[in-house]
Amino acid sequence: MTEAATALKTTPLHALHVELGARMVPFAGYDMPVQYPLGILKEHQHTREKAGLFDVSHMGQVRLTGADPAAALETLVPGDIKGLAQGRMRYTLFLNEQGGILDDLMVTNAGDHLFLVVNAACKEQDVAHLREKLAGKAEVELLDDLALMALQGPMAAEVMARFVPEAATMKFMSYLSATFKGVPVILTRSGYTGEDGYEISCDKADAEMIARALLAESEVEAIGLGARDSLRLEAGLCLYGHDIDTTTTPVDGALEWTLPKRRRAEGGFPGYDIIHRQLTEGAARRRVGIQPEGRQPAREHTEIQDANGNRIGEITSGGFGPTAGAPVAMGYVDIANSAVGTPLTLVVRGKPLPARVAATPFVPQRYYRG
Amino acid sequence: MTKKFTKDHEWVQVDGDVATVGVTDFAQSQLGDVVFVELPEAGRVLEQGKEAAVVESVKAASDVYAPVSGTVVEANQALVDDPSMVNSAAEGEGWFFKIQLKDAAELDGLMDESAYKAFVEESH
Repeated sequence: MTEAATALKTTPLHALHVELGARMVPFAGYDMPVQYPLGILKEHQHTREKAGLFDVSHMGQVRLTGADPAAALETLVPGDIKGLAQGRMRYTLFLNEQGGILDDLMVTNAGDHLFLVVNAACKEQDVAHLREKLAGKAEVELLDDLALMALQGPMAAEVMARFVPEAATMKFMSYLSATFKGVPVILTRSGYTGEDGYEISCDKADAEMIARALLAESEVEAIGLGARDSLRLEAGLCLYGHDIDTTTTPVDGALEWTLPKRRRAEGGFPGYDIIHRQLTEGAARRRVGIQPEGRQPAREHTEIQDANGNRIGEITSGGFGPTAGAPVAMGYVDIANSAVGTPLTLVVRGKPLPARVAATPFVPQRYYRG
Repeated sequence: MTKKFTKDHEWVQVDGDVATVGVTDFAQSQLGDVVFVELPEAGRVLEQGKEAAVVESVKAASDVYAPVSGTVVEANQALVDDPSMVNSAAEGEGWFFKIQLKDAAELDGLMDESAYKAFVEESH
């Protein structure tokens, strides 16, 4: 074992993953399950058809308190945080002064505090960023004693209701403080697969009991990071560090929906001038869905060319979509070639592969709308 | 019929002067679910150790190298149509291509089954 391997952190469910026969890989500094014996393809399909349980304890859970944490957070993100009703949650972005994306996150109004979920690879820098920029305005606490799981799929609600009856009527993007077999949990009706489902935040010590209880239900299988990636790609959802990063703005990234009317008008978030200009005049490039023809997948960093062979961008996420039954990808192209249906050429292993700009999601999202 | 193996996890089974080539069962277990294969066309001349085919799983693309030099006489069209045969029958129906040997002596440098098994155990 190398030094790097021994230095990997583990989640509270690590022993369970090993017991279940997971193939473990390093991911964002953690030793994480990429797949279980079922395999990525079947894990993906199982999540779309029934329900999958994901360990996402490597992600950062952060508590923001203070006199007005929503107003404080709005100085760092473009989302409408002040307008977030108690018990509701929202997707937003930490931005830098150039409008580039430092991380993407979920923000929940938990009443006396804001509850943030951030990416594993960014959590230390996010906490440092929050502490530096919000000094004197808000207290920032990284909740290292918590675990996080996701139960995703069309049967997630039915399964969860056996343990938490009030979960069944939760609205999409809402939050519930509840008990699961007698232990406290925070449920959010959210996820990263395009399916209905929940994220379950609990004490580290309770994680294995909850995971085993859910896995004991006949509809539920353990699902690894491999299928998590193919599920989110089919759902057209961005992976930080790949589809969005510090060099992409929300407008480049086709994330204008994260910029509500009030914030567009008032500003008061990093990179506002650049983003406002892009909203008015347009950006030079755009993140689009890409559908390669045939069955060969085109992976991240694949060069994208226009009809005349000019390089116009590159793929940022790509692979095979098990539910789509075809290769799927997303990437950046210059704005002139960003309309759905535009023919593209992908240079895959030195060979031209015909493709088209495609609408996303590749698979219809099935969030619970009540 | 001799069956030989490479360190890149291809197998080659010789029948007269024609060899059938595929990836090993160990290789398919490491690749995971195969969703695409690109095979060399009949008539293509391959050189030992050089890229001959591409196999893509859900997660990654991998090269398949020619275990021996020669001319491709047939590609496995059934595998192109159903790439999952690599997972279900890597060392049988999931063969990749047949090649007319240029130099049978190249086979001497490859491993037999027991040597390959030991190699896999040692390196993984």
